[in-house]
Amino acid sequence: MSAEYESVIGLEVHVQLKTKSKLFCGCPAEFGAEPNSNTCPVCLGLPGSLPVLNEQAFLYGIQIALALNCRVAGRLKFDRKNYFYPDLPKAYQISQYDQPLSSGGHLLVEMKEGQKKIGITRAHMEEDAGKLLHEGRAGSVVDYNRAGVPLMEIVSEPDIRTPDEAYAYLTALKAVLQYVGVSDCDMEKGSLRCDANVSIRPKGETRLGTKVEIKNLNSFSAVKRALQYEIARQIDAAEKGETIFQETRLWNDERALTLTMRSKEEAHDYRYFPEPDLVPFTVSSDWVEDLREDLPELPAARKERFVKDYGLSEYDASVLIQDKDLGNFFEECVTAGAPPKRASNLIQSELLGMLYERGETFHAMKTTAAGIAGLIRLVENGTISGRSAKDVLADMLETAKPAEDIVREKGLTQVSDETVIAEAAKKVIAANPKPVEDYKNGKEKSFAFLVGQVMRETKGKANPALANKVLKELLG
Amino acid sequence: MPQGSLTIKGLREEIRKDRSAIRSACRLLSERIKTVDSKVRAYAAFDDARFEAEVERLTEEKDPSVTGKPLFGVPISLKDNLCVRGWETTCASRILKGYVPPYDATVIQKLRANGAIIFGKCNMDEFAFGSSTESSCYGPTANPWDLSRVPGGSSGGSAACVAADEAIAALGSDTGGSIRQPASLCGVVGVKPTYGRVSRYGLIAFGSSLDQIGPLAKTVEDAAILTNVISGHDPKDSTSANAAVPDFTRACVPDVKGLRVGLPKEYFVAGLDREVETAVRNAAEKLASMGAVVTDISLPHTEYAVAVYYIVAVAEASSNLGRFDGVQYGYRHPANQLLDMYFETRDHGFGSEAKRRILLGTFVLSAGYYDAYYLKGQKVRTLIKRDFDHAFKQVDVILTPVSPTPAFKIGERTQDPLAMYLSDIFTIPMNLAGIPAISVPCGFSKGNLPIGVQFAAKHFDEETMFRAAYAFEQGTDFHKRKPEL
Repeated sequence: MSAEYESVIGLEVHVQLKTKSKLFCGCPAEFGAEPNSNTCPVCLGLPGSLPVLNEQAFLYGIQIALALNCRVAGRLKFDRKNYFYPDLPKAYQISQYDQPLSSGGHLLVEMKEGQKKIGITRAHMEEDAGKLLHEGRAGSVVDYNRAGVPLMEIVSEPDIRTPDEAYAYLTALKAVLQYVGVSDCDMEKGSLRCDANVSIRPKGETRLGTKVEIKNLNSFSAVKRALQYEIARQIDAAEKGETIFQETRLWNDERALTLTMRSKEEAHDYRYFPEPDLVPFTVSSDWVEDLREDLPELPAARKERFVKDYGLSEYDASVLIQDKDLGNFFEECVTAGAPPKRASNLIQSELLGMLYERGETFHAMKTTAAGIAGLIRLVENGTISGRSAKDVLADMLETAKPAEDIVREKGLTQVSDETVIAEAAKKVIAANPKPVEDYKNGKEKSFAFLVGQVMRETKGKANPALANKVLKELLG
Repeated sequence: MPQGSLTIKGLREEIRKDRSAIRSACRLLSERIKTVDSKVRAYAAFDDARFEAEVERLTEEKDPSVTGKPLFGVPISLKDNLCVRGWETTCASRILKGYVPPYDATVIQKLRANGAIIFGKCNMDEFAFGSSTESSCYGPTANPWDLSRVPGGSSGGSAACVAADEAIAALGSDTGGSIRQPASLCGVVGVKPTYGRVSRYGLIAFGSSLDQIGPLAKTVEDAAILTNVISGHDPKDSTSANAAVPDFTRACVPDVKGLRVGLPKEYFVAGLDREVETAVRNAAEKLASMGAVVTDISLPHTEYAVAVYYIVAVAEASSNLGRFDGVQYGYRHPANQLLDMYFETRDHGFGSEAKRRILLGTFVLSAGYYDAYYLKGQKVRTLIKRDFDHAFKQVDVILTPVSPTPAFKIGERTQDPLAMYLSDIFTIPMNLAGIPAISVPCGFSKGNLPIGVQFAAKHFDEETMFRAAYAFEQGTDFHKRKPEL
């Protein structure tokens, strides 16, 4: 980014609530059913049908509001957002306009430079539209399975300054929603969608520049890339003295650029007005407080606890809590007897990388928390070396066998017999006169090389501490 | 063997004596329709074959829990904006021609559960937009008392078929007077229950915060029987009230002693036909002679009611009618582009009054105008509600004219929408306030046109409304007169 400009970013995230049924009717809200099989007169918007609020969705909405530190409105009121499109069966979307379910919250985001607080303007409930399908046909067809599925729209303040912060915000938001257990947050299935608003301004300027909305962002990394592109485009325009227009642009992932979708002049007038078919009702503040108390532990609190209770570093804790299940897995390892720091190290520096290379997730991997704890125990009690542990872990992911079996079968038990190690060390000294010479002349690095050679000679089985001691003794 | 003018109560007696009365009553009505409906044109759709199996089934029914139902074997006609599974339901609009709902409205379920036979579908103003039943895609319905005149509207078909003995009773819907005004103009009884009393599920919406389904019948008691059947909380309609439903027929007692009746001075003003005023004032005197205490009251915000109504109702209507876009059902005009399809479908599918109201509604909800119109309208609506709250501290029931004039000529007001809108000047306030009101015959003009009187009561106090209406009806003979056809 040019040194003279800063970007101002706000994100609008739609998350699908994982209720059994839709927001205003009893149809299943599941993904992937036969087109138009999960429909009824209400979600098809047939003449005469009327909406009835799904209480579970309402409850989830409040839980999200509380988890995002929002104020919960004292009254639940819905509005109609009117526009024409074939995927919108009533020609209006039941949403919330001037009195959102919640507002004025914030989310703490982990950046390298430290924590940053991103404001949440509002989070409101609304129903989803259907899905228009164009491919392979003369005309278009509509699948209304998604019509009426409950959504929460979460709008951030324009507090985000860089594409990296946007990425971190989305990661943190996803973690919070996962922890509350209200959404799958799966962008591929459309259960989490994001639009970005971005403008630039000269550094030091406090007024906002002309904002551009970017749509069609299908992954967190697409959000980051689209923002990087769009910021560069706007700065380029500004530097050439061109006007930046208020408009909506579409991100094209293949071509890696944004293209104009519609200008401000073409923007809809949604003619919002209160939904007369749903009577507004009072939200009991006692009930909201009960829900607040019943909220599960959230990522921020868990991170603090990991640091405090397990003695992990801030960084290690923040990696482990990002995914609720990963955090759970770590804690299961600890419960199964693994020392927390070792478990954290093994998970972060070995396990996640191996799984990534194997194209697996730890949900589907062949070993368990108990298995990992067993492996750590073997390292702890000196049965195997840290180096062997890596190989054993790789085998565990491949064969699903317990660490003990692999160690036994492969004869990886650590050698702590000094005479065996001394024999190997003597061979190494004889074969490497130059490094020996160097070491004796005070070159410490050469010693590490020699220890490595001893480990190699013993096929990694030598107890590293003993190898050290024996070598030192032999070299005088 | 039933003959002549049938009531629900009368037919129930006949059926109790002889089950074959079900068939003969249907046949009698069917014959009547074949004789007179070419003149009245009250029905949008009528077909004997539709209910033949039902007549058969009910005639053979043995289960006393079924035969004891209040509408057992009674044919009921419906305004064409009530969804009946498998029956074309059009709201008298080209845009819904061919639309067959896959479900029954809650009131239809209740009618069936109470033994009624769904008999025929009645003509109406397109989407209930009008006070004369002239804006129908099926053409106008005529007033049985004078075929050159309108039956009122928008439930004109429902009122006319009852008046012409082409039906025993019918259901209509009332957004600004659409049951009471045609009832008045056709000399029958029409009830708009409290908003929330009757489920709107399956009623094709016009103004969602105003619409209410209600009966049109030959007597107050019949209207009470039908109101009993269709009332009650419906989990499918969030605006339906979870209030107990008393037996309204028990409120039908000929006793108004001590009943406090209010005459709002704002309803007796310039524009009110002299003959209508006389008939309505006579009604008040009649009640006074029966022991009611009649007093003058004031509903000071009445003059704003029509203006507020034509903001709120059209705003809701413009949104409610958005779904008629040619995508899923009903009429679709062929076009290559989506936008052209929308434009052409709605241009060809809607009549001129529907277009006028959609445009008005779209305008009042537009950015920049919302506060000045819709929001202001809602505030004034609250003031009108408060007028009634205040009045009902002084009186039990409010007595007013229903329509400023008796039935007007077909074509007389079609070119003057404002004159048409003023037809509902005395009925609109009750919809805005959500209170129940009934129209009961109270006289005839020199030209032998029926005149109705309106009784309004406070929220969920239909009992007092029925009591006043029943006592008045029983003390007079107006409901016994029949049009000559």
